[in-house]
Amino acid sequence: MTRTIMPMLLALALPAGASASLGGTVATVEADRVHMKAALIGITQSGAYTVHTILSPTGTKIREYYGASGVIFGVAWDGAWQPDLRQLFGSYFDRYQRALQGARKARKTRGPVAVDDGTVVVRIGGHLRSVVGVAYVPQLIPAGVDPGVVK
Amino acid sequence: MPRVLIFGTLLLVAQVSSPQCGSTTPAAPDGSGPAIAAAASNVLPIAVNGGPTNDALNSVFATVTVCVPGTSNCQTIGGILVDTGSYGLRIASSALTLSLPQQTGTSGAPVVQCFAFLDSVTWGPVVTADVRLAGEQASAIPIQVIGTDRFPSIPSGCSSQGSPEETVSDLNANGILGIGLGIHDCGSDCTIVGPSNPGLYYTCPASGSCQVTQEPVVNQVVNPVAVFPSDNNGAIIQLPAVPTGGQASIAGALIFGIGTQSNNGLGSAKVLTTDAFGNMQTTFNGQSYGNSFLDSGSNGIFFLDTATTGLPACRLSTGFYCPPSVRAFSATQVGANGATSAVSFNAGSVDSLNATFSVMSEATGSNPGGFDWGLPFFYGRSIYTAIAGRSTPAGNGPYWAY
Repeated sequence: MTRTIMPMLLALALPAGASASLGGTVATVEADRVHMKAALIGITQSGAYTVHTILSPTGTKIREYYGASGVIFGVAWDGAWQPDLRQLFGSYFDRYQRALQGARKARKTRGPVAVDDGTVVVRIGGHLRSVVGVAYVPQLIPAGVDPGVVK
Repeated sequence: MPRVLIFGTLLLVAQVSSPQCGSTTPAAPDGSGPAIAAAASNVLPIAVNGGPTNDALNSVFATVTVCVPGTSNCQTIGGILVDTGSYGLRIASSALTLSLPQQTGTSGAPVVQCFAFLDSVTWGPVVTADVRLAGEQASAIPIQVIGTDRFPSIPSGCSSQGSPEETVSDLNANGILGIGLGIHDCGSDCTIVGPSNPGLYYTCPASGSCQVTQEPVVNQVVNPVAVFPSDNNGAIIQLPAVPTGGQASIAGALIFGIGTQSNNGLGSAKVLTTDAFGNMQTTFNGQSYGNSFLDSGSNGIFFLDTATTGLPACRLSTGFYCPPSVRAFSATQVGANGATSAVSFNAGSVDSLNATFSVMSEATGSNPGGFDWGLPFFYGRSIYTAIAGRSTPAGNGPYWAY
């Protein structure tokens, strides 16, 4: 019960527009969780970064990665249904959509998503009822951490 | 622009639905692929070509006929992508001139679908149609019409799952025929009230905004094959082999039913079953990768990343690999039943493909977590997709066999 209330207070304390995840601070992990009505199911620390794992109500597992600064440098997910990417990507969502639309003009992959616009990297794979994705911002990754940890 | 597309559509209809299509297929050289099935009531001609936009790559198209239920008021539409990675028929509104009855929810408001593919969402109304594929018919089934012309405001809960695709040009197809391992495109999840509902179905009242609705399974967009009176346990995609360097186009066959007719037996095909999510495993360089699957709707063999494969990304063709010379790879597909199949494939430069070609067997690209065995894997094979819970001579689906 206490756990449910605290994140809600945290979310209320955030300024409008701060409910971003990627590029936001660790407080937005809680904002995401509340927005998505998700449950926190794990916190693991691996040296230079920490991973919060949340379970969305549709059963998709979402992992959010942040370093000592508290800034979220990567997110990853897997499950039957795509999560709310606008919420998860925060201010990077519009860039992501633009990059997808730009890619359509080239010889287009039909299938997985592979976006790298120089600022944000997004990879999504799978098929109906099984989705796997990762997104990260290379400039936000703590020194010495490999982007491959976001998975 | 729409006029040009319509002409393209008509041309494609003529090409794909021509009765000569099956019989004029050049005989594949020995050892380079299956004999393509002769015309029959359960055989739909398919072709890999540029499609309605004339620029598709490794996309396999068929012609479907949709009718107002119970009538002979019908429209035949070519350039429909055959996709074993999804379930249900979706047609771009600009390609559909026939007026089909709108599905309504319990409130009487029209039902509109938000369907998420990996890189996009499609938004548009659910309508009811008789769907005819070769001599088979799925009667009065829900299908999706893609486009914002009738319901212009895409709810944010829908657009937040991807980038909307609304036109033939966005889709690189006039529609998508989903004939994968499953039956209904959402299942029981979409009948749930509240945030656990993944939000594939909305009702859009005349006044007010569209809201996520609880959609009974029987009203959901459905794999047409599963609704046929017979030959309803799966389908087979047969395509000829393709030489390295690519080809302008190829023709093949989509055969309905598995072990139900003289032309759709399993023969010596190896059966690889999937887990509940439609995945198997792939072993590559001693590592096992879950989230691996066969998907005719993916236009390359997508696997892992540059760091793992040593294959550089293309400069132009986003998402594909472009090695300076063709490289050979091998891997082992492992079914949930433990069955294994060693396979080999090539990776070549997609940027270097002859611009007039629509078929390239060595098209590969990146994919997080596993192997997406897309259409190039189907070249030179007969690949069986058995529907979940349906009985076949090799046991119940879901499985792939080849």
